[in-house]
Amino acid sequence: MVPSYVPLSYYLLLSGFLFACGVVGFLIKRDIITIFMSIELMLNGVNLSFVAFAAHWHALAGQVFVFFVMVVAAAEATVGLAIIIAVYRTRETLNVDQVNLLKL
Amino acid sequence: MNPNLNLWLIPVLPLAGAAINGFLGKKASREAVSAVALFFCGAAFVMALWVAVRFSTLSLPHQEFVAHWIRFGSFRADFAFYLDQLSLVMLLVVTGVGFLIHIYSVGYMWDDPSYYRFFSYLNLFMFFMLTLVLANNYLVMFIGWEGVGLASYLLIGFWFTKDSAASAGKKAFIVNRIGDFGFLIALFLLIKHFGSLDFDQVFRSISPLGAETAGAGLLTAIGLLLMVGAAGKSAQIPLYVWLPDAMEGPTPVSALIHAATMVTAGVYMVSRSHVIFERAPSALMVVAIIGTLTAFFAATIGIAQTDIKKVLAYSTISQLGYMFMACGVGAFSAGIFHLMTHAFFKGLLFLGAGSVIHAVGGEQDMRKMGGLRSYIPWTFLAMFIATLAIAGIPPLAGFWSKDEILWRAYQVSWVYWLIGVVTAFITSFYMFRLLYMTFFGDYRGVQEQASGQASHGHDAHGHGEPHESPMVMLVPLMILALLSLFGGFVGWGHHFEHFLAPVLGGESAGEAGTSITEWLLMGVSILAAVSGWILAHLLYSARPELPQKIADSLGGFYQTVVHKYYIDELYAVLFVKPLVEGSTRILWQDVDRKMIDAAVNDAGDGAGHVSDEVRHMQSGNIRSYAGWITAGSAVVIAFMIWMGVR
Amino acid sequence: MSFHLILFLAFGAVCVGGAVNLLAQRHPINSALSLIAVMAALAGEYLLLGAEFVAAVQVIVYAGAVMVLFVFVIMLLNAGEEEQTNGSRVAFLLGVPGMLTGGVLVAWVVLRQSGSETVPIGALPGRPTDIAQLLFHDFLLPFEVTSVLILIAIMGAVVLASKPETPAGRAD
Repeated sequence: MVPSYVPLSYYLLLSGFLFACGVVGFLIKRDIITIFMSIELMLNGVNLSFVAFAAHWHALAGQVFVFFVMVVAAAEATVGLAIIIAVYRTRETLNVDQVNLLKL
Repeated sequence: MNPNLNLWLIPVLPLAGAAINGFLGKKASREAVSAVALFFCGAAFVMALWVAVRFSTLSLPHQEFVAHWIRFGSFRADFAFYLDQLSLVMLLVVTGVGFLIHIYSVGYMWDDPSYYRFFSYLNLFMFFMLTLVLANNYLVMFIGWEGVGLASYLLIGFWFTKDSAASAGKKAFIVNRIGDFGFLIALFLLIKHFGSLDFDQVFRSISPLGAETAGAGLLTAIGLLLMVGAAGKSAQIPLYVWLPDAMEGPTPVSALIHAATMVTAGVYMVSRSHVIFERAPSALMVVAIIGTLTAFFAATIGIAQTDIKKVLAYSTISQLGYMFMACGVGAFSAGIFHLMTHAFFKGLLFLGAGSVIHAVGGEQDMRKMGGLRSYIPWTFLAMFIATLAIAGIPPLAGFWSKDEILWRAYQVSWVYWLIGVVTAFITSFYMFRLLYMTFFGDYRGVQEQASGQASHGHDAHGHGEPHESPMVMLVPLMILALLSLFGGFVGWGHHFEHFLAPVLGGESAGEAGTSITEWLLMGVSILAAVSGWILAHLLYSARPELPQKIADSLGGFYQTVVHKYYIDELYAVLFVKPLVEGSTRILWQDVDRKMIDAAVNDAGDGAGHVSDEVRHMQSGNIRSYAGWITAGSAVVIAFMIWMGVR
Repeated sequence: MSFHLILFLAFGAVCVGGAVNLLAQRHPINSALSLIAVMAALAGEYLLLGAEFVAAVQVIVYAGAVMVLFVFVIMLLNAGEEEQTNGSRVAFLLGVPGMLTGGVLVAWVVLRQSGSETVPIGALPGRPTDIAQLLFHDFLLPFEVTSVLILIAIMGAVVLASKPETPAGRAD
């Protein structure tokens, strides 16, 4: 079969777009859970970038690193959600704008 | 090579005395303080005598190095001392007269509450003066120069709670400072052009140079600037105004500092620098003119003064003028000779005046004295001898020195001589005036005065009439009287001049024995002195109503003289007031408050305002933090890309 | 127009759509479901690049466990539609333009550097054997450390999310 090619830049641009969406979501969303999900979106975008480069340079370490990223993301999501629950108990709100006591 | 004489001990001994009395004297007894002060001052005097005894065995000039001070490139200035005939004369005068006045002060200041402070300052002054006299370079001399100015300030303002005394101290220091400024610039010029301030180095570099033509020239500039310094320190025109005010200080201070020693520092400095002056004829002429004019000017003021100390102050200024006149005509050794005799009789006059003031319980106005001859005979005898000396009546000391100056002045220009003779006449007049007003006639003082006003630190005796001073005050008077009587004989046969010749140059046109002219001129000066005496006798003893009539008839002119030609007022308008105004309006309000303070305050306020704005960044809102982070990381990315693309 | 490209574009479209939808939705549950769609599509992309193991783990762990966790929390907290408060102007004024600038710059660099490079389909087969080889030989330490990390996360989550003790609850 004739091997078909996709330009590397397409993958990278996709990855960048996902990352950008994550950042924008972080900035414009007010619900703390949605903000967390935007963080996950960012991490996924980065993962795609890793895998794409691993494929381009034939370095398997890239895929291994994706593995680690996922582990860390999972741990972070766990703890983060636990914190959200704790905060919800005291503040009764999921709106970020109302959790702003750490200010000057 | 000369043996090490430890010359440094001579100034340092009084310094030790000053330190001991200064730090420990407050709680000590008067006897202890006196003992310390007299011991250290006396020790310096004894050392000076010892050095004098060994003097003939030394090869001169004898220099002693004590410590390194400044090494800067090729410029060196060290703490070192210098002994030659000139400094030996000054040394003996300063330590000798100084020691006598220390003894006198024990009696005079006995009842003063700050007894220890007085002697501490007095010893401190001795230290600085001896440093000045024994210095081997201009810089160490300048230390002494400044130091005596400081000591003078401290001692004039000794009773600092009195406004007039504090102001007088300030005035002395500030006017001196103006002179010091000139001195400093002269030193800078010396450093720049001769690379050193050591006496022998500078003089050796200058000696081969010929005399500068009149007008501009480096040596003329240096000479004139040195004269500015001397005019400040030795109270010549135009910087003499501090000396009459300095009479606010205790009388021993006036005797020591403002008659015998400090004010003569200028004459010493000019004589020491004669190598420079001899090659700058214009500067030398300026020196002579200033000296002559000052001598005459101050004498005219002295005629009309009624405060006994003020008369002596103006007399000092006038006699200093004579010394500068001598230097100005090239007769440096004559100037030093007069310096020495003047130290004797002026010191005696001041100490005697102190004795008089002590006797009448603090009164200083001569119009309230009179007839004290019977009450204080010993003081009268001493003052009489001193008056004879200063008037220039042979064979007392003042005659020899003054006559020498007039003779040498005549050889340069009869104008100097004429003014000098007229001044001598006036001097004799006002000195005998002082004598008559104080000691002859009826006692015009109110009896309560004699029972004690403590304005000179002397408690009420309650005697109700003038009384003689204690022995501790009389003995120095007598010693100085003896010196005034016989001290002039060292000048006989030009011995003194020969002694100083290796230092000051022995050129004297009068070397050719005593000519007819010299005898003639001598006669004229004696005549002037005696005439002054006779006139004073006439006006103040025989016909005491005449002075008032003369004063009235002269009217406004007399008033001007009484008010010292309004010079102080003139200076106040010309210099003091503009300076104070300028300082207040411009320097204080504009520069200090509006610029410097504003800069500092605004810096502080600005920091506050900036942080007031910046603190809004910490809003506690996660999203704004995220926004800042994103913006920041965009900048970083852009920078990295830019770096990579370059 | 190879099949590879079509597949890539298909999965890519799902990714993009899901991402945009995540931003557009107001209710968190809708955003969560969009995110799941994105992750699934990403798994497809990984397969196109030959990373089989990673794709599997993506579906199992990410889409299957993490996102489920998210959904559970949304349910637990009864999160409703988000309110339209506007607490920060900076986020809009500085953040979005900043991000756009950064994105444009990075895109520009990417296109410049690797505009012509291509990746064939299934370029680097990521078989479990090979991944394991790397994971347990070269990256053993990070592997062990991540296991500790997970342990800590579990303990932290338990502590943080547990009900606070009532003052009278101690008595027993």
